[in-house]
Amino acid sequence: MSALAEPTGSPAAWPDTYGDEAKPRMGFFTDTSVCIGCKACEVACKEWNIIPEDGLVWTGESYDNTSTLGANSWRHVAFIEQRKPLLLEGEAAALDAEPLRWLMESDVCKHCTHAACLDVCPTGSLFRTEFGTVVVQEDICNGCGYCVPACPFGVLDKRHLPRKPDDAPLALPLLGKKEDGRVWKCTLCYDRLKGGHEPACAKACPTDSIQFGELDELRERAHKRVEKLEAQGWNGPRLYGADPDDGVGGFGAFFLLLDEPEVYGLPPDPVVTTRDLPEMWTTTAIASAAMVVGTALAFLGGRR
Amino acid sequence: MSTSITHVGTEMQSYYGRPIVKEPVWQPEIPAYFFTGGVAGGCALLHGVARVTGQERLARTALYVGAVADVISPALLISDLGRPERFHHMLRVFKVTSPMSVGSWVLFVSGGASNTAAVLELFDILRPVKWAAEVVSFLAGAPLATYTGTLIADTAIPVWHQARKELPFLFGASAAASAGAATTIFMRPREAGPSRRLAVAGVAAELGLMQAMEHRLGFVGEVYKQGAAGKLARASKLLTAAGGALLAMRARRSRGAAVAGSALVLAGEVALRWSVFRAGFQSARDPRYTVIPQKQRKEARAGRH
Repeated sequence: MSALAEPTGSPAAWPDTYGDEAKPRMGFFTDTSVCIGCKACEVACKEWNIIPEDGLVWTGESYDNTSTLGANSWRHVAFIEQRKPLLLEGEAAALDAEPLRWLMESDVCKHCTHAACLDVCPTGSLFRTEFGTVVVQEDICNGCGYCVPACPFGVLDKRHLPRKPDDAPLALPLLGKKEDGRVWKCTLCYDRLKGGHEPACAKACPTDSIQFGELDELRERAHKRVEKLEAQGWNGPRLYGADPDDGVGGFGAFFLLLDEPEVYGLPPDPVVTTRDLPEMWTTTAIASAAMVVGTALAFLGGRR
Repeated sequence: MSTSITHVGTEMQSYYGRPIVKEPVWQPEIPAYFFTGGVAGGCALLHGVARVTGQERLARTALYVGAVADVISPALLISDLGRPERFHHMLRVFKVTSPMSVGSWVLFVSGGASNTAAVLELFDILRPVKWAAEVVSFLAGAPLATYTGTLIADTAIPVWHQARKELPFLFGASAAASAGAATTIFMRPREAGPSRRLAVAGVAAELGLMQAMEHRLGFVGEVYKQGAAGKLARASKLLTAAGGALLAMRARRSRGAAVAGSALVLAGEVALRWSVFRAGFQSARDPRYTVIPQKQRKEARAGRH
């Protein structure tokens, strides 16, 4: 069992498994207080990672037509229009007779310290990189779909678009599926990191709402940022996922939010499901024993 | 504006009412497998005990029924994969953190053992090998029948994860009832006693467990009263109760009653698996089930500090 509920906030077996190749843990600090909703992150991500177009839908939900993270959207900018003041103190707050604020947040895979997707993956396709990030190996994934409901944030999904012709040399005609069939998610631009570049979304962000760097340093910077916003009288600044003691051991990609997480479509208290797995295996063992005893008891009354 | 939903005295906000966790991408093959895997696991146990107690006809029937279920099961699972031709990637690692990895190995071992034993029984050859295969099949039987409960409990789907104490028992009881009913069909009433009693006991245990699970789930469990999951849960209770009663009261004397009762129980068990499966989708679709228990947990924690 991979030290599931390790209190140190460090991913199981990482970085020991990498020895000399280990790198500092890298991540994102997404500061929503400076997000302007330009969606440059969404576009840069799609371009760099060659993510297919999957339909253009008008939702009528503010400026958001992406709606959710999924196999074909690894960054998603949420837009929330609220009758709430942006500032609680100061001159600007006093002028705000009819308050209105427009919250924008660029959501992404959280690259959890204790990642449910990685734990439950039965093929070993999902793995932890030398940077401490969580990545799907697409040449291993067989599309079992277990990671999809395991993720507490609903990040992963199966790609249902047509597969490329040269993509499956071993396809069996009888079982041949016409769709891609694998799961996809943010890789924190593993290829760019390997080459010493920052991820495409962070590179494209014009306001530094998406900041890339070493996780320890990002956390420090984020705490200072919250203090500053509080001092300036902002309404509701808080960090989400910066605490190494939370239910997933802290996020590799965490956020500064201006309202409750659920307002942005984020779970208020996410917990990695495998934290309860030792207890669940015990239950399974007891249920198995009960079945054996029950079956034996059914023989007590004789043949008739 | 973000949508406000009021429920059980809790004001809750959401992002345009959109789900937070993703619905599973599993197809109907998966609940079908929960059923066939249950039949295979239950039959492995029936077979083993029947062999030890010298009830040869029952032992053989359970062995053959279980072997057939053990062949259908992996076919269903492979068909559900997004990349069926990569099914063998399931066997490139063994991960105790993944109930699907553990389950793949259990099914691999169980299916290999029960089919080896069945073929050797059919041709009456290599007896020592057959006995070894029978022992392995017996040992893999109960884990095969119960791990599927833990498989779905080990997700972020509220109605599954919060039922983690009940699901392995519920699936084990359903598997016992399925195996009992499936073997009763092929047996003469005067030799089907253990099968019949296993089916009746399985149904009784399952009805009680279902009740306990819904009760303990509280408002998260209300999906078992709504939509497809609700209809299937009601159908399952009616079918298994009727089938169980018929088996308990009439099937000892009448072959017709035995077959009818068994068919009702089997139909009820299929409905049960489908109900639990659909409940997961309904639970994922509504953000209330994700957000409200988490907020309550957060508030309780804050209150303690």
